[in-house]
Amino acid sequence: MRTAFLTLRNRRFVFSSGFIQNTVVRDRLLPRGFCSGSTGEELRSSKSESKTEVDEYDVAIVGGGMVGMALACALSNMPLTKHLKVSIVDSNPALLITDSFKRSSIPDSRVSSVTPATISFFKEIGAWEYVQQQRHAFFSKMQVWDYTGLGYTRYNAKDIGIENLGCVVENKVLLHSLLSCFQSNADLHKSIIPARLSAMSLQSPAPYTKSDLPGTEDNNTRKHSGRLAKLDLSNDSSIYAKLVVGADGGKSRVREIAGLKTTGWSYSQNAIICTVEHDVENDCAWQRFLPSGPIALLPISERFSNIVWTMSHDECLERNSMSPDDFIKSVNHALDFGYGSHPHSSFIDKYIGKVSWFSGQSAYSVKEEFQVPLKVTRLVSERMAFPLSLKHARDYALKRVVLIGDAAHTVHPLAGQGVNLGFGDAFSLSKVIAEGISVGTDIGELSVLKKYEMERKRANMTMMAIVDGFQKAFSVDLGPLNIIRAAGFHGAQYITPLKKNIISYATGEQKWPFFT
Amino acid sequence: MAIRTIHHLRHHLIHHLKPYHHSCLLLNSSVTPQTTASVLWRSVSHSSSIPETGVGSNLKDSSSKSLSNSSLNQTEVAKFAAIAETWWDYEGPFKPLHLMNPTRVSFIRSTLCRHFRRDPLCHQPFEGLKFIDVGCGGGILSEPLARMGATMTAIDAVDKNIQIARLHAETDPLTSSIEYSCTTAEQMVEEQQKKFDAVISLEVIEHVANPSEFCKSLAALTVPNGATIISTINRSVRSFATAIIAAEYLLNWLPKGTHQWSSFLTPEELVLILNRASISVEEMAGFVYNPLSGEWTLSDDISVNFIAFATKSNK
Repeated sequence: MRTAFLTLRNRRFVFSSGFIQNTVVRDRLLPRGFCSGSTGEELRSSKSESKTEVDEYDVAIVGGGMVGMALACALSNMPLTKHLKVSIVDSNPALLITDSFKRSSIPDSRVSSVTPATISFFKEIGAWEYVQQQRHAFFSKMQVWDYTGLGYTRYNAKDIGIENLGCVVENKVLLHSLLSCFQSNADLHKSIIPARLSAMSLQSPAPYTKSDLPGTEDNNTRKHSGRLAKLDLSNDSSIYAKLVVGADGGKSRVREIAGLKTTGWSYSQNAIICTVEHDVENDCAWQRFLPSGPIALLPISERFSNIVWTMSHDECLERNSMSPDDFIKSVNHALDFGYGSHPHSSFIDKYIGKVSWFSGQSAYSVKEEFQVPLKVTRLVSERMAFPLSLKHARDYALKRVVLIGDAAHTVHPLAGQGVNLGFGDAFSLSKVIAEGISVGTDIGELSVLKKYEMERKRANMTMMAIVDGFQKAFSVDLGPLNIIRAAGFHGAQYITPLKKNIISYATGEQKWPFFT
Repeated sequence: MAIRTIHHLRHHLIHHLKPYHHSCLLLNSSVTPQTTASVLWRSVSHSSSIPETGVGSNLKDSSSKSLSNSSLNQTEVAKFAAIAETWWDYEGPFKPLHLMNPTRVSFIRSTLCRHFRRDPLCHQPFEGLKFIDVGCGGGILSEPLARMGATMTAIDAVDKNIQIARLHAETDPLTSSIEYSCTTAEQMVEEQQKKFDAVISLEVIEHVANPSEFCKSLAALTVPNGATIISTINRSVRSFATAIIAAEYLLNWLPKGTHQWSSFLTPEELVLILNRASISVEEMAGFVYNPLSGEWTLSDDISVNFIAFATKSNK
């Protein structure tokens, strides 16, 4: 279908202009006007005409997922970077879908919980207006508790004076919005190449020697090699770029070819995600820590919510194969009284609460009582299971190559931070590129990319360490640890400054935890 | 302290200087005012700049084989020729210069955008303007300026520098249009080839035998109402401690003997000799190195490294 798109565009061009022409149309596909039909043979015939021109780009983004697309949008939106020739290399047919998704349909189970920081980034690049036209669900409250019944924490957006703690959006809606935004800014300099990366050479120039001096050697061979990375694509074409951005996810091919090493571990946990229906309206995000991992219920529309349930491999196999009705029962069990009782406030909590009250800065949610989450009634999607791991690239950048999003780091999904960190990367990288352009630097230079790496590595590692710490703290069922954990819940519930701090950090309003 | 410096200059100079305008800068990080941390380190952290070239003109020795009209100091030429091949090695001898480059480019960008009334948010604000980089070395400054749209001419007295610069610029279509030639400012004046909207000579004047003649040549290359930008090292106690003792002897950033302290110019002297060449200094800024972040920032402190933006009077 993708290849067909190429061909059709080309054919249309050929028919209308009356003579066969060039590569520009073929290779610089405008992302506008996708269509389908036709066969692969025509593609081959059109390709043979196109060997004359070398395709050079300023930025080649490998991976047109949410994070790669967000970078493309950011670059096409800023005054200093909008002239850049940007190509997105991705074979995902989802990039060719142009219809909006109907609000009435059942929500997809792949969702992201985007933070206010991500929302303001989307607003800045002009993509949020497209999200608003489609299904999305803000939540202003959040309740976190565990199975021991020793404590709970409720967060309210009003605690730090913001309207919402976050917004749950289907991934396909985010991607589609970014794509629409990218298309609205598209000109001849922007393109989507429907192919996969098969090989890449960074061709760093050899140190200059006397024989390199002009006159002693034919310089043509160096012309493309010194300053550009070469990408060989699965459609037998090659493109050159000053900067290659690896936005190709956890199993990044760019990272692999560039030889950027990662560290990390697998959690021996799996997550099941699915969409469920309920009768009551929901504007709260719920997360309960169970012995084998957290279960989260996120609102996605009035009647539907999303489940992200982390568990051991064996439990995963079992719950994935049980009947939908039994699965719903186990979800309700896990969200309610399963594994332990509901937590209650003790008199000490009220005392702490009062102290905060007298200090005059008590958070809104301090006095909120524990609530029992709503009952889900029906499973309305497939159950999807995937293994969980933590992975972090030791370096994010080489000369001409940089990693963003999951290609640089994957985290445990328990706090819903993964894609938000990725958007943070895209935002930071776009700013760093603009800064480089303002001082006339070659944007593939390591000195430019290192600035991005420095900024993001610290932010990403801090968040990863916190999320990993949570995962570990909650995966042990041991008396003393349970009490410490309970103390943590109580602290987070009743100590207002701590509470505000946690919310600010988790919503991306504040860059570092525990420092204001 | 910064204010005192400016005050001091105001009272002593014929043409008053405006303190450097932070607000006109485009993007944040590289150009923010100094942090407290860097203030603490300042007394030991100033480093000198690197000689960007062998020479612009009128060098201290007066015998030359390659360029008959100019007087080249052969030891200077040899000194720079020896490390010419490492110009574009970011971790090599020119590393401090590479670190400093974005900072000085942002000064040039903001002052010249204002002078020529160009939009600083445009990616090529200097389109259609003719600039010359006198003492271009390996092209570290010329390439960014060419990427910003300027029609660049770049000259250097060291032939090897020119060859390296040409070779490097050729690989990028945006910089391949830079016109490099091995010559001096004087020689260009004599040949009456052409004039430029902006004449830029960074870290060169301290290597020149007769700075006031050199400034006259720069003035002669500038069109009326054109701009001149010069950067150099102050002749202060601090510059002796940092540019010579620290940079050459302690940190080994620069080859020993790179700079002669006595040939440094104070900002006051630079303003005077430029004034005699009908060029008036409009703005000055200092560069300060922060050893914690490894970055250079623009500052009001002109006691070591400084850069001046000047305009040629309309005669």
